Amino acid sequence: MQNPIPHIVRNNTLWLSPERSLFWEEENTLVIADMHLGKTGHFRKAGIAIPQSIYKADLQRLMSQLYLFKVDRLIIAGDFTHSVANKELDLFLKWRKDFSLLHIDLVKGNHDILDDSWYMEANISISIKKLAAGPFLFIHDLKIHDKLTEAEKQLYAFTGHMHPAITIKGQGRQSLHFPCFYFAKEYCVLPAFSRFTGTFKVKPQKGENVFAVVEDTVMQIA
Amino acid sequence: MEVQDTKGYNIINNWLESKGFKPFLFQQQAWQQIIAGNSGLVNAPTGCGKTFSVFLGAVIDFINHHPDDYTNRKNNGLQLLWITPLRALAKDIGRAMEEVIVELGMNWKVGIRNSDTSTSQRASQKRQMPEVLIITPESLHLLLAQKGYPEIFRSLKLIAIDEWHELLGSKRGVQVELAISRIIGSRQLAVTTNDSRLSIWGISATIGNLEEAKEVLLSPIKKVGITIKANLNKKIEVESIFPDEIEKYPWAGHLGIKLAHKLIPIIQESKTTLIFINTRGMSERWYQTLLDVCPELAGSIALHHSSIDREMREWIEDNLHTGNLKAVVCTASLDLGVDFRPVETVIQVGSPKGVARFLQRAGRSGHSPDTVSKIYFLPTHSLELIEAAALKSAMQENMIESRPPMMLCFDVLMQYLNTIAISDGFLPDEIYKEVASTFCFRDITKDEWQHILHFITEGGNAMQQYDEFKKVEIIDGVYKINSRKVAMRHRMHIGTIVSDSMLKVKFMSGGYVGVIEEYFISRLEAGDVFTLAGRNLEFLMIKDMTVLVKKSDKTKSIVPSWNGGRMPLSANLGKKLREMLDKSATGNGEPIVELEVLKPLLSLQETLSHVPKKNELLIEQIETKDGFHLFVYPFEGRLVHEAMAAILAFRISRIQPITFSFAMNDYGFELLSDQPIPVDDTNVYDLFSPEDLLNDIQRSVNSTEMAKRKFRDVAVIGGLIFQGMPGEKKKARHLQSSASLLFKVFSEYDSGNLLLRQAYQEVMDQQMEEVRLRDMLNRVQESNIIITFPEKLTPFCFPIKVDSMREDLSSEKLEDRVRKMQQQLK
Repeated sequence: MQNPIPHIVRNNTLWLSPERSLFWEEENTLVIADMHLGKTGHFRKAGIAIPQSIYKADLQRLMSQLYLFKVDRLIIAGDFTHSVANKELDLFLKWRKDFSLLHIDLVKGNHDILDDSWYMEANISISIKKLAAGPFLFIHDLKIHDKLTEAEKQLYAFTGHMHPAITIKGQGRQSLHFPCFYFAKEYCVLPAFSRFTGTFKVKPQKGENVFAVVEDTVMQIA
Repeated sequence: MEVQDTKGYNIINNWLESKGFKPFLFQQQAWQQIIAGNSGLVNAPTGCGKTFSVFLGAVIDFINHHPDDYTNRKNNGLQLLWITPLRALAKDIGRAMEEVIVELGMNWKVGIRNSDTSTSQRASQKRQMPEVLIITPESLHLLLAQKGYPEIFRSLKLIAIDEWHELLGSKRGVQVELAISRIIGSRQLAVTTNDSRLSIWGISATIGNLEEAKEVLLSPIKKVGITIKANLNKKIEVESIFPDEIEKYPWAGHLGIKLAHKLIPIIQESKTTLIFINTRGMSERWYQTLLDVCPELAGSIALHHSSIDREMREWIEDNLHTGNLKAVVCTASLDLGVDFRPVETVIQVGSPKGVARFLQRAGRSGHSPDTVSKIYFLPTHSLELIEAAALKSAMQENMIESRPPMMLCFDVLMQYLNTIAISDGFLPDEIYKEVASTFCFRDITKDEWQHILHFITEGGNAMQQYDEFKKVEIIDGVYKINSRKVAMRHRMHIGTIVSDSMLKVKFMSGGYVGVIEEYFISRLEAGDVFTLAGRNLEFLMIKDMTVLVKKSDKTKSIVPSWNGGRMPLSANLGKKLREMLDKSATGNGEPIVELEVLKPLLSLQETLSHVPKKNELLIEQIETKDGFHLFVYPFEGRLVHEAMAAILAFRISRIQPITFSFAMNDYGFELLSDQPIPVDDTNVYDLFSPEDLLNDIQRSVNSTEMAKRKFRDVAVIGGLIFQGMPGEKKKARHLQSSASLLFKVFSEYDSGNLLLRQAYQEVMDQQMEEVRLRDMLNRVQESNIIITFPEKLTPFCFPIKVDSMREDLSSEKLEDRVRKMQQQLK
């Protein structure tokens, strides 16, 4: 695994990790989106045998990121869990106890449909729609960006939901496709943390920055 | 006992006589075998009494067993199970059978069971099975998903598999094999009645491997069986339609509609004409064009393909029978089925890609035994004329393709096991024996069987404590699906024909038009105009999974491109193509009219590059603004070319780090790179060496997308992808995933998975078949490889270059590729 690469936004240093997470240095905070915890379990319960090791690997990757950056806080920009509760979430609860000092914030996404009691038990602070921190605002779906107040719009937003990916084309009709961090002027769309997710192609405009996750490195594309 | 001496025969013979008919020899032979309780295969083309050869045999047998009261006996239980590949055929066949029964004064009932059968009809069939049940392979499996199904088959005397050549060689054929094995197995366990005979009869058009076709069917009863051939030699006349100026006819990518005006006199001179088009999209375009060229045809010309509303299709079929239609533009949807007697002429647009299909289509015209079947061939691009010449020659030599049966289809097996787990559940030891008795699974190992059981009960390896996988449960040793939800979802997915999810298309004002692929609609915006069922429709919106449209007067419209339907050229035809080119290059033999017409084009090819003779392999290296192209022309068909391209790309990429994208058609393939391709006469024979082939096959399969594409079907059939049904209001969105995502995660996290391995195996069996590739490489070694460096694109390479379907293979580091691409952009 190669080192994360830094990207400065509003004078804050963000380290972009090839594990599809973002480390906010000033606040000692890890930011992720679209973990879709329990997705494999949801499929398996319905008789569709998706390998459960994806789930285990996603959880382990999150753990190793937390260890690597030694963070105090984890902010999740929505879709932390995939659907209704299942046993896979119990493994997370058990795991949570080993990180009891970690503060976890979740901005609820469309998939976060568990009962409040579960988030309480998991010791996760819930924000409905949005969460402000320093110069930044965390939301799940870019759609609500238009509905923000003027003051909120001044903040740089981090969103998920889209599972962004970028296609690069070369000579000889070659083309490649990678998940990416997509930094527009007023907001950033984070790559989906879980590997069991599809992607949506983004087309960056001039002046926007895109960082592709190329296997175990992050490369700036635009 | 001779069949002629039986009461049943006499009754049937009298009935035929009363209608002015006489039984054909092959029909009598079939009846003789059927009353003797034997099994086998009837080889007869469509439309010469093949249905009666088996159906009347069952009737004769029944009369012989009940000579005194055969007219009175009713509710006899199921006697004849008639498996047919096409829903559309069932109605016509059922009608023909009913007519016989009524005229004989018998009390048999004929039932049809397919996805068009209403729930009430199904329920009444369940109470009392008709004596004859006409069914598709999919509906037969659905029947096996019904509680107490063994009861239905207890009285059964004969299983007939109609158009077996259509099913053999596909996964639907495997479904038939499995269903037969279960029917036989369930009867062995049942208390044996005094009359426990069950015979199996396949009915097939001529294919290259008739004996194997029979072996596959009869494998579960372990009998050799009898082959009965109709031997009706039909005269077929083929005529190509030529463009006036071959120089101006497109080299590629056209639909042939420039020649549409030439069809009008043909249509007008004949009573009824069928115009076969290879894809649904093209057929829409052709229908429009014919109407534009000859507006008088309006009202007497129709469009028939599988995405058109059933009622509309039935209307067309009825009017074909009565001769009310002058012409029908159709796809493979009219390949099979009962005769449309008024059809005098058939036109094939574009290459049929195989001799068997061409013969079948030609046979749709001129139905009486002594009339000549007339078929016209209309090329969609100039080089296709060589295919016409090759087809004619192959037909003369009776070079008809084989349909090799599919082996070890674990996806179908998995689906089948779930199916019988829904109804009565199964005992693994018993079912293992049945499964292993089929041709498809005769080589299944105990290990593979255990793996499958593990997969459907445990969902593969998992963290026990945190897992709730639920599908098949084991209760007292019986494997059973108890969850009603799981059972319902499985029932909806029984089948092996994988298509994109389809949406219904309806007028805003009401009225159903047809169905269309979701992915096509998803690219449209409100206001766009597209063509379906020959109508220009304006897309309004999607509501409740239904596409709402209104009629449009706009003349410009988007023609839907349906996925799939790209047939590869058969090996037989490939060989003939090479012979034809040799003829034109050497000038040997009788002049062939198609080659004469093509002369200007072939001499241009010769001027720019070369026309390969039989013992030559042509390679062209061309540089364009796209990059460096290497074209190779083995004339072996698309599938083999894809494999060859992958192997060649892999071998070149070992010389130096290089990235290729490649494309292919039936004549050859192209490697395209952003850097010069290091192939010249010093290394070219090594690159085509048969040495170390097996390893190179393995490695090149792993580094291309071939397996990924196969996995799509495998994953759907094996039940990993939940598609939802067309028109279903709410999709289970949290259960959706794409095949490419699944392929990625399985490759990464469960590479030993049986379904994943099957996708690779299918590539190996169907495309990377070692023997065929080795033969080809040996042929190349013995031939002269001619490398040319044309200044511009040649008539041969042009159709390949414009093909948009491409694949990648690279030996460069991904990071380096990204860097290079970025630099190229600057």
